[in-house]
Amino acid sequence: MADATVFAPARPPAIVRALKAMSRWRRPVLIIPVFILTTVVVAGITADWIAPYDPETGDPNHRLQPGFWGYEEVPPVIVTKEVVAVISPGDISLQKKQITEYNARQIDPNAVIGDQLDVVVREGIDTLYILGTDHLGRDLLTRIIYGARVSLVMAGLTLLVGGTMGTVLGLTAGWYGGWVDEAVMRMVDIILALPLILIALVLVVALGPSFQLIIVIMAIAIWPLFTRVTRGEVLRVRTADYVALARVAGAGTLRIMFVHILPGIANSVIVVATLLVGVVILLEAALSFLGAGVPPPTPAWGSMLSEGRDRIAVAWWISSLPGLAIFVTVLSLNLFGDWLRDALDPRLRQLE
Amino acid sequence: MQRFLIRRLFLMVVTLFAVSMIIFVMARVGGDPRSLLLDDHATKEQWERLGEELGLDKPLYYQYAIFMSGVLRGDFGESISLRRPVMEVISERVLATVQLGGAAFLLALLVGIPIGVLSAVKRGSIFDQFGRAIALIGQAAPSFWLGIMFIFWFSVGLGLVPPSGRQDWNSFILPTITLAWGGFLAGSLRLMRSAMLDTLDSEYVKLARSKGLSNRAIIWKHAFRNALIPPLTLAGVSMPAILTGSITTELVFAWPGMGQLAVQALFSSDYPLIQGLTIMFTLGYVFVALMVDILYAYIDPRIRYS
Repeated sequence: MADATVFAPARPPAIVRALKAMSRWRRPVLIIPVFILTTVVVAGITADWIAPYDPETGDPNHRLQPGFWGYEEVPPVIVTKEVVAVISPGDISLQKKQITEYNARQIDPNAVIGDQLDVVVREGIDTLYILGTDHLGRDLLTRIIYGARVSLVMAGLTLLVGGTMGTVLGLTAGWYGGWVDEAVMRMVDIILALPLILIALVLVVALGPSFQLIIVIMAIAIWPLFTRVTRGEVLRVRTADYVALARVAGAGTLRIMFVHILPGIANSVIVVATLLVGVVILLEAALSFLGAGVPPPTPAWGSMLSEGRDRIAVAWWISSLPGLAIFVTVLSLNLFGDWLRDALDPRLRQLE
Repeated sequence: MQRFLIRRLFLMVVTLFAVSMIIFVMARVGGDPRSLLLDDHATKEQWERLGEELGLDKPLYYQYAIFMSGVLRGDFGESISLRRPVMEVISERVLATVQLGGAAFLLALLVGIPIGVLSAVKRGSIFDQFGRAIALIGQAAPSFWLGIMFIFWFSVGLGLVPPSGRQDWNSFILPTITLAWGGFLAGSLRLMRSAMLDTLDSEYVKLARSKGLSNRAIIWKHAFRNALIPPLTLAGVSMPAILTGSITTELVFAWPGMGQLAVQALFSSDYPLIQGLTIMFTLGYVFVALMVDILYAYIDPRIRYS
């Protein structure tokens, strides 16, 4: 019996087991959330290369342009030899139905004289905005891609700061017990009882909105959740044989806490962190929706949503699409987190 | 019960103290609190009078005492943007917020509990799928986005209900659904379902079954009553979500409540107003949490006697 527990922390790291478990695809439905999350992460990382336009400056002549749903099919054009008119593919005057060979090749490299080409043009403008533009003429797709980066970076930093703080405090409280435990857990109670969204507004009015401030506020909001779970887990494993044996072997408190206990409870921390990513993204979106988030013109999903709010009747896409991005991302995260919890640590179910 | 109540009351006092501390410190962290409390056009005379009122020449603990005595008397100073006493502005808005919050809370319970019970009793059925979809959407969709989409579909598109404001009963429909769905509905539904599954699996329900009681009696008399406890406690825990939701929902629907006022205060950097609102919201917040705790202890004797 003792042997079994001695080797317990030597299992492969949680993340390795998670990937292994995932590779078995016990839930085929999980493919969709994982695919969406991968897309969001890749988009966030490669935003500089894949985004078609600049996220912060727009073309004032192209304000409130609809996206692909606003495209119009025009009659096929016939390629002729003579220059009838030099027309750009998107020019609205393309009713002439004739186009030079050179211009035809710009549209389709294989075009020959006499071909019929289907040309898709937009009403009025000749630039392509797949998801339309906002009130300043900025490309929405670009801003959603950069918004993914903002959301992910904010959520990542928040979880890093809050998660580290909460886990260390939880370890300490659970390990030492007594008044340390009491003090930490009372602090947890107080933080959880604070109306943090309003405190955030107070801080923003007093200090002005900034990236760092939002992360600090969100980290303060989430660390108690890590502390609660970590502490509970420490209380569970601190009496395990492998901890006692480590002590007998002469390991110091810090070593026991971080080398022996932490790996044993890493699962729970990972599960809590995963389930909280969505919460943090929603919180950040709410803050930037209220105008207390990352200051403009940085594209954050929440602030994009609020920019389109008054224009919903004329340009529904400005609000709808960033919101859809938040919804789909958080939904995928929640589905993935639920699955991860069931796979790694079903006991955490009671946390719901 | 008494010990439990004293503990909760103590937490309530500490919370209020913590919030007042944050507000007090934040006003001074950037230097002179007067630069936050007065607007740019304040005269030298106003500036000096406020300095005297705040006791800025006195030590910090004295200043805090002055601040707290103001708070306890309900005096939060004068709003910068509205040029009226903060308390007066807030008191006009309380009713609207309480109405909307109460309506959303009721709706969440009235929808969440029955669907949660049905989902558990008829596991895997169409009800269960429906409930799961509602819960998943509620947990993943930002409530302000839902609100804007509702306006787009039902007000702009179909013209069924007013898009904003608080006039007739029908202007309540969209904000209430938005706040309920984005805040409390998903949680109460999921928790009701899992609590119901737990109790249906318990020994006393098995005993009731073996006695040959009807399914109906088992579900409603034995399982349902006991399963009600977790969703009720959730009300206390989900206060942050409800609060966040009420601020964004009021903004979306131009609902003339305290949340909308908070956003106004943010936009005009109105520190007196935001500090008053924060204290008032905290009061409401801890009060509701306390009520829920008492109700909880009342329903569940295990809490009362431990």
